[in-house]
Amino acid sequence: MSESTQAMPTQTTRSEGYHFGFLDEYAKREVRRSILKAIAIPGYQVPYASREMPMTRGFGTGGLQLTLSVIGTADCLKVIDQGSDESVNAVNIRQFVEETCPGVTSTTRTQAASIIQTRHRIPEHKLTEDQLLIFQVPYPDSLVVVEANEHKRKIMHGEADYSSLWVKLYEDIVEFKEITLSHRYPTRIFQHYVIDPSPIPRFDVPKLHQADFLSLFGAGREKKIYAVPPYTDAVPLAFEDIPFRVEHFETEAGQQACCAVCGCSNAYLERSYAPDGSVVFSCSDTDFCEQYRSDPTALVRYKYYESL
Amino acid sequence: MSYVAIKGGGQAIKGAADVLEYLRCKGAESEASLKIAQIENQLGGLHSRVLSEGGLYDPELVSLAIKQSRGDSFEAVYYLRAYRSTRPRLGQTPRLKTENMRLIRRISSAFKDIPGGQNLGPTPDYSQRLFRFDLLDESDEAFRQQLKNLMKKACPEAPVPDSFPKVVDFLRTEGLLPPKQVSQMPAFDITREPLIFPVSRGAGLSVMARSETGSILALAYSSMRGYGDVHPTIAELRVGYVPICYQHPSSKKWIEAGEVLITECEVVASHELDPESGQAFFTLGYGVCMGHNEAKAISMAILDRSLQHGQTHGIEHPSEDPEYVLMHIDSIDSMGFAIHYKMPHYVTFESDIDRLNKSQQAIQKEENSK
Amino acid sequence: MNHSKPILKVDHLTKYYGTPCPNYLAKGCTHPNSNTCAECGCLFAANAVSFSLMPGEILGVIGESGSGKSTLLKMLVMDSLASSGTIELNLDGKTIDVNQLNAAQKRALRNHKFGIVYQNPHLGLNFKVSAGGNIAERVLMKGQRDYGYIRQRASLLLERAEVSSARMDELPGNFSGGMQQRVQIAKALATEPDILFLDEITTGLDLSVQAKILDLILELQQTLSISMIVVTHDLGVVRTLADRTLVMQHGRVIESGLTDQVLEDPQHAYTQQLVASSL
Repeated sequence: MSESTQAMPTQTTRSEGYHFGFLDEYAKREVRRSILKAIAIPGYQVPYASREMPMTRGFGTGGLQLTLSVIGTADCLKVIDQGSDESVNAVNIRQFVEETCPGVTSTTRTQAASIIQTRHRIPEHKLTEDQLLIFQVPYPDSLVVVEANEHKRKIMHGEADYSSLWVKLYEDIVEFKEITLSHRYPTRIFQHYVIDPSPIPRFDVPKLHQADFLSLFGAGREKKIYAVPPYTDAVPLAFEDIPFRVEHFETEAGQQACCAVCGCSNAYLERSYAPDGSVVFSCSDTDFCEQYRSDPTALVRYKYYESL
Repeated sequence: MSYVAIKGGGQAIKGAADVLEYLRCKGAESEASLKIAQIENQLGGLHSRVLSEGGLYDPELVSLAIKQSRGDSFEAVYYLRAYRSTRPRLGQTPRLKTENMRLIRRISSAFKDIPGGQNLGPTPDYSQRLFRFDLLDESDEAFRQQLKNLMKKACPEAPVPDSFPKVVDFLRTEGLLPPKQVSQMPAFDITREPLIFPVSRGAGLSVMARSETGSILALAYSSMRGYGDVHPTIAELRVGYVPICYQHPSSKKWIEAGEVLITECEVVASHELDPESGQAFFTLGYGVCMGHNEAKAISMAILDRSLQHGQTHGIEHPSEDPEYVLMHIDSIDSMGFAIHYKMPHYVTFESDIDRLNKSQQAIQKEENSK
Repeated sequence: MNHSKPILKVDHLTKYYGTPCPNYLAKGCTHPNSNTCAECGCLFAANAVSFSLMPGEILGVIGESGSGKSTLLKMLVMDSLASSGTIELNLDGKTIDVNQLNAAQKRALRNHKFGIVYQNPHLGLNFKVSAGGNIAERVLMKGQRDYGYIRQRASLLLERAEVSSARMDELPGNFSGGMQQRVQIAKALATEPDILFLDEITTGLDLSVQAKILDLILELQQTLSISMIVVTHDLGVVRTLADRTLVMQHGRVIESGLTDQVLEDPQHAYTQQLVASSL
């Protein structure tokens, strides 16, 4: 990339602050172009020269590069990890963006955010066309479980040849009577590419199908960007006669579990153990839980969960 | 100190940073703060390692990275790479002419004697790794006196040639190596272009040049021990300074921006038929890195040869597989991902519990129906 | 089925290693007693092979080691690229010139239209996947997505190849050599291929097992009317299976015709030698 003919950004000395968004403008340009290509080819993993960030790989540098490349002072940012705004990883990232992007506001309230960067969850509240969801991705490639070689995987993706993945699903059912994939569930986008939707649980996969919002996936270490555009088919791989099922939370007595804090029974729950050893469930989406308890009318759910 | 995944994340992070800083400062009553220059001089080995892995030639920032991370070389490399992400690339210099290197060390294993001679330079290779217990409480005075004693022995008028001829050039004129081919391909910038396999040799060398020393050493070692077919001899190992010359964008005048310390290793390996001429020649492996880091440069040269061997003869061992070698030697990726497992994974684990429960239920059901 | 057009037509198919003499095809670039050219030193693993395979026919290709029969098979299943010559297929009313296909098209053709059974079961089966899973892979490739149906079909195919479907969830490594070949056959037939290629499939098996496998092939042929090419060094195999036979030596087809005629009344000296020395 020849850059000597472009206008040079002002050279900072050691003690000056950072450029808005930390990354230099050429880096942002490359990320944005990769995003456009990813949207144009739904589910295709666009390789890009992922930059090193001040946090370690594996901690969301891919998602962070996406956020920094698109965020502006009109944006309101929400960052969650495991569904919680208070998780250490989320706090660290939010603070970094606040420091390097002066003027950007942040929030814990899902409805108020224009950009949501997330690790391992899609919020329970239904996102709108004006909102952008950015996923932190460890493994961009759904085929890595059956083929270690990237070049071979690329050919398989190009030809939409996922037969080895299907065989793995078949063998799972033979051995365990169930498909054992719990998270990173392979999902077919726009009838061609099968993506790894990041380690969101099965529970969240239905939210991607024909969604109102754009989903961007950033793998910093693996150096790939991919997207599920709005109003696009996103279908988890499943046999016709064994329908895709989401997690079902049960008490030890076999009853439907619900959140001990807000009472909700059709959100994704996490468990903790009371002093007497009994299991206590609570919503993983902390903002949702709080709103469900105080003002559930402000919440909108995806249709899929109404029947749970 | 228990880690909590619920409220108080911000506080926990601040607390962790404070504890780390405490560990750095706790000797403040009796110790002096580490000076930046001390790190480059007295911890030169660590300094060179972090310099080569950071891939950003700024000796002062390297020292700062080491100081800030309390000597954790993985963390120190992160500081440098992150800083580099904020710097735009201004351009590219012409090829560095390492034959004109201002040497501090230069040896060849291929020959007993070489034009210019074998110059050991600063190496612990032939020293005994025995403790000098007097260094346990070396006073500042004794430290200064040591320098004075050494300077008495030095001979600044001793004739030292400006440059030394390359052993590989000699091998070429002797017809033992094929004639030199200068590549017309532009250099591949791994900091600006993603790696899409198959990659060029230049891209592979760039990745190895900033790789984590231990990782590249392990892979090269596997090749040496038989998981590979290289059989190397070091034609030349040089350590020294090379000037960085750059053409001013407007005036077009050539300026020397400074000089960089690099380690360069050229390895000669088993002979093969050269596809161009059909004649047999020795094969070459090339290794280079910033700073003084010999184990790395040697390992790199061996792996360069190993990867080329894999291309022509088919891949038999991991050290011959470009994807296997190049994807796993960068500490930013490897160390980062290794430690990311410490982050919360309770959402995915909850889903794993669901899968196990369902499997157990299904199996139980089948058992009961038998 | 169009009985007038061959399903497979091969014309002067050649594979050489090295740089041949100019105009090598016209020159007949080899010595009659070897497959190497005395002038250019080029090795002709297969040399100007031409033949047709009619729909529903079993064609035998017989030769000893180094005859070029394996080279020929590799080119037919597109595992290796021919140096010159053409391979033409007539499938579903369309003519396909294999030389015009790109890698992806070749893969698609092979996966959907061919069935291949190898001498070495490791080439035809995935040993890390169950017997049923191996068959499922082919059925899945055709777009089948009903698990129950896939199980049923795999079970049926195994039974037809005389493998007990009770063993369908076992790994191939647990099966005897003969059973592994049967699983391969079941797998090869899973997609209802137009052409079945059998490469030395009975070599290395006990005689009684060999006989049973050959019986199975014949039976399948009768029920499915599938076109087959059987490559072997064993005269007994072509005698049992093949309608017509090609005899190969030094990369060339030196004799061809109805199997009965070739074996009862061999014209070429080499064929005579082969027939005379068979047990």
